[in-house]
Amino acid sequence: MIPAPPRGQIRTAWLTLAGFTILIAWSYRGTGVDLGSLLGGEALRQMAAYVVRLFPPDLSPATLREAAVGAVETFAISFLGSLLAICLALPLSLLTTRTLLYQGILYEGHTLSRASLMFRVGVCVAGKALLRVLRTIPELLWAVIFVFMVGLGPFPGALALGFHTAGVLGKLFGEVLEDVDPRPLEALQSTGASRLRILLYGMLPQAAPQLVSYALYRWEVNIRAAAILGLVGAGGLGQRIHVAISLFLERELLTLILAVYAMVTLVDALSAYLRRRVI
Amino acid sequence: MARAHSVAPADRFPVSARKSAFPYLLTGALLIAFVGSLHVAQADPRRFLEGDALGNVLRFLRGSVPPQVSPQFLGLMLRPVLETVQISVMGMVIAVLTGLPLGLLATSSLTWSGVLHERRSRFGRWLGGFVPYAAARGLLSIFRAIPEYVWALVFVRAVGLGPFPGVLAIGVAYGGMLGKVYSEILEGANPRPLEALHAGGASRPGIVLYGLVPQALPAFVSYTLYRWECAIRASAILGFVGAGGLGQQIDLSMRMFQFDEVATLLGILFVVVGCVDFVSGRLRARIIR
Repeated sequence: MIPAPPRGQIRTAWLTLAGFTILIAWSYRGTGVDLGSLLGGEALRQMAAYVVRLFPPDLSPATLREAAVGAVETFAISFLGSLLAICLALPLSLLTTRTLLYQGILYEGHTLSRASLMFRVGVCVAGKALLRVLRTIPELLWAVIFVFMVGLGPFPGALALGFHTAGVLGKLFGEVLEDVDPRPLEALQSTGASRLRILLYGMLPQAAPQLVSYALYRWEVNIRAAAILGLVGAGGLGQRIHVAISLFLERELLTLILAVYAMVTLVDALSAYLRRRVI
Repeated sequence: MARAHSVAPADRFPVSARKSAFPYLLTGALLIAFVGSLHVAQADPRRFLEGDALGNVLRFLRGSVPPQVSPQFLGLMLRPVLETVQISVMGMVIAVLTGLPLGLLATSSLTWSGVLHERRSRFGRWLGGFVPYAAARGLLSIFRAIPEYVWALVFVRAVGLGPFPGVLAIGVAYGGMLGKVYSEILEGANPRPLEALHAGGASRPGIVLYGLVPQALPAFVSYTLYRWECAIRASAILGFVGAGGLGQQIDLSMRMFQFDEVATLLGILFVVVGCVDFVSGRLRARIIR
């Protein structure tokens, strides 16, 4: 027999459900979504009319060339952005790994002086705040900022992805590093290894598969983001999509969207392959 | 025979033989991709020093301090903030409505293979099971491979400006992701309770309802909540392409060089995202436990 859950739990479940129902009802009114019209009214007709205009995709050599150049640029943006993010996130994540700075097995037995402890906690808090700022600013806004700084083109796009993703990866990397099995670290420490050695031979080898896995996952996210950064002038397919949409070139738009689909699928497959091989 | 013997050792360790070349190939490929990307992206750090790059940043930073916190501005921004939340919630509703049926169809154990379909004819399994399964998978892959912003652009053109295209964009793109993950959760469910129900003579809907749903529900809810966290971020920027919410305001303030307003809006975004993360995180922790 499965024991019945306690009464309090059931009440919380009902309350949560009621809360979400209210939230959904409020959102339904606020967004003016009309599910009825969506499933067979004006909105559906409008969409169908638009979809008809998208077909057939424009496959003239000029458009195909444009799509190919855009796709390569998008790939470059996502690749460089992800690399930059890793380069920024690794050192920052070390600064936010509490087990490396002042806590846990590496510090058992020592007592840090009060000033040193305060400094270390301060570094950790500052690092976390920096990562939070990096990832709170959306990629698109980073792209706007970098377009301001270095002008139009794919370069600001790569920088934007790098900065935003650094915030995300830094947090994830820090969590992975904190969660490694402490026993190998203890073993290393008992042989008299320095803290750097413990990081290099105890923490990183344990964390590496997870770090690679997260980096690959973010690359998959970034190829999608790279496809739209062009909307603010940061190159890639997004820029061409923006032009096609502004000029009402619907058939060209479909070609470009298909190129996005192809690039995203390609990167997903590459990432899945690498994940299998590396981990 | 002798030849076969001499080949045997190499055959016995094909994996290690391949592995030895892989790191070099990988490094080479990464290097080529890196150099090629640098070239394609016209990446050149010197561009930071050209023109007025640093001056622009300084102007941006100086303009954003202090943030614009006049009650009038904050009052004006209340609606877009609420709208962002509403878009994310409604988008998730549509995403679940799209993702759940497609995800169920895209689950092989529900449509054509395994214990539920032992008694069906091969043809019935193929036509009634495999064909809808493949179609659902294809549709889901299209839905999620096209980024939500591109969906939003298309929907803005199709149904006009405002929150509605934002809702649809999140609904379609996240529906694709939810559907895929739902089907993975269902495929990963333990088949033994299903077999037990089957042996007990339960009908197919009964098996799904009593065998599969209880196993999958916590993971479903947890993943949906996690996606909601992502949806609120997405809905905050969809406005950049004209789909309502905070993004539209950020875009406007940016265009008018009102960096103090941008700073405030980012602060608000920060708080809203934080709240949703907190609520969703608490709920997920309870469900998992």
